[in-house]
Amino acid sequence: MAMVQIRNVRKAYEDGFEALKGVNLDIEEGEILALLGPNGAGKTTLISAICGITRITSGTISVGGHDTVRDYRAARKLIGLVPQELTLEPFQTVIDAVRFSRGLFGYPPDDSHVEHVLRTLTLWDKRDSKIVQLSGGMKRRVLIAKALGHEPRVLFLDEPTAGVDVELRRDMWETVARLKADGVTIILTTHYIEEAEAIADRVGVINKGEILLVENKSDLMARMGQKTLSIELTEPIDAVPAGLAGYALEQTRDGRTLRYTYDTRADRTGIARLMADLGSAGLRVRDVATSQNSLEDIFVGMVAEQEDRNGDKEASA
Amino acid sequence: MNWRAIWSIYQFEMMRFFRTLTQSFVSPVISTSLYFVVFGAAIGSRIDQVEGVSYGAFIVPGLIMLTVMTQAITNASFGIYFPKFIGTIYELLSAPVNFLEIVIGYVGAAATKALFIGLVILATSAFFVDITIMHPFAMIAFLVLTCLSFALLGFIIGIWAGNFEQLQLVPLLVVTPLVFLGGSFYAISMLPPFWQSVTLFNPVVYLISGFRWAFFGMADVPVGLSLLAIVGFTALCLVAVWWIFKTGWRIRT
Ligand SMILES: Nc1ncnc2c1ncn2[C@@H]1O[C@H](COP(=O)(O)OP(=O)(O)OP(=O)(O)O)[C@@H](O)[C@H]1O
Ligand SMILES: [Mg+2]
Repeated sequence: MAMVQIRNVRKAYEDGFEALKGVNLDIEEGEILALLGPNGAGKTTLISAICGITRITSGTISVGGHDTVRDYRAARKLIGLVPQELTLEPFQTVIDAVRFSRGLFGYPPDDSHVEHVLRTLTLWDKRDSKIVQLSGGMKRRVLIAKALGHEPRVLFLDEPTAGVDVELRRDMWETVARLKADGVTIILTTHYIEEAEAIADRVGVINKGEILLVENKSDLMARMGQKTLSIELTEPIDAVPAGLAGYALEQTRDGRTLRYTYDTRADRTGIARLMADLGSAGLRVRDVATSQNSLEDIFVGMVAEQEDRNGDKEASA
Repeated sequence: MNWRAIWSIYQFEMMRFFRTLTQSFVSPVISTSLYFVVFGAAIGSRIDQVEGVSYGAFIVPGLIMLTVMTQAITNASFGIYFPKFIGTIYELLSAPVNFLEIVIGYVGAAATKALFIGLVILATSAFFVDITIMHPFAMIAFLVLTCLSFALLGFIIGIWAGNFEQLQLVPLLVVTPLVFLGGSFYAISMLPPFWQSVTLFNPVVYLISGFRWAFFGMADVPVGLSLLAIVGFTALCLVAVWWIFKTGWRIRT
């Protein structure tokens, strides 16, 4: 069974705005899942729904097999949350903040664990400083320390690298890697594709309250190894001639351009043969161009597709 | 029950109190002394006794009640409003705790602070007037119940409030007048008959009357009624708090 199971989750805020539109997602134990999506996609809402900060309108969520509503204690005890905003009690000291979180989650005091957490996040020297005296990056570390203070099995990092310098980012990824080695399941949200690429096992794309795709990073990378050859024709065509069926060509709406996708790492790309076959099929080529697929393209393409679909839905309604 | 969570919240709230201990200690001492100077000396020279008790001693229970009620409300409302305001409430909402535990933590701490201040005032008063406490256990019981119920009310206000003005609105516009008009500084019997009947609609009258009875054995209303009033008020607040958490009103989006 998946560590986190999200089934048909919808969330409409009080003003009627639907921030989650039937989300289904399984997150496996021990994996790192990166949730990628633009501003307002619903990333924070989804995390809030899992952690109990926001109520879901319908659907079910379970963490570690515990329903997050009916069996909230068992579910929440497994969860650590590092929120997007730097929300901390300004006059608390760093070490008190971590101890507080630990106690709140029902754990007995354990100074050696607290020390360990503070040391790994290089906060130990700052342990007696008040939060107001810390820089933004250090506050981010304190938030992480608070979440790790209660030994979570599932860790949510909501945009952990926002406003963070290179060094802290590297530290953070080291911490994440160490947690993963301990078997902790990690879900992080980000706007940056490179970040998802660098650290995740799987990447989920969310936009306008819908999960558009969840895929292994390696599969995604394979897709990124692909190139597209765009062939512009002198005369538009209605359909791809039967003789070219083997190439899985895509046709643009205006019928002027054909797209051929090929793997750059394959022995034969098939381009030369395609060119010859185009000629035999009686098509005249005006221009060609190639482009490399990036995660960015895949992402942008999917978002555009979603808008198309929704546009069609509205048009037919 | 997640006792560790309760203890963490309680401890955290008390820490703020200890950080400002001098302030928490000095201000009630000074204001009590001022009350004695103004009310005790100025008015007390005209009214020397109320039903056999010196005026200076007579106002002590009302004075304690006045401070305890406002302190309990202010502490509890601020205690829960602040995390809401700065966003740290996310941690409470995502922790394995239920409403009862959160309430015990916050309300318990606010009530403790109010109780402490109440006792400080009592001790300060002893420097100015002779105080005898006829029913010490009843006195403590009334005091503790008042601290708790008004801390509960404060907690509700803190959750309801959308800004700092609203946070101060209820204590200022409702509680302070009710307490001043609730017989803190006079016996109800000193009022004209019409105002005596009006006063009986003021719930605070019952609390102060019961509390004063514990000191001097005299009361404006029967002690049983006072007890009923305070228990009823506590129950009402508890139901309200339970409803707030059940519906997530103003806390869970
Ligand atoms: N309390 C709220 N009431 C009404 N609408 C809300 C509320 N919170 C969020 N929303 C709306 O829900 C949508 C999703 O917001 P959410 O914060 O989940 O996005 P996000 O993916 O985390 O974005 P970002 O990358 O900017 O953090 C947005 O359109 C936002 O305006
Ligand atoms: Mg967000």
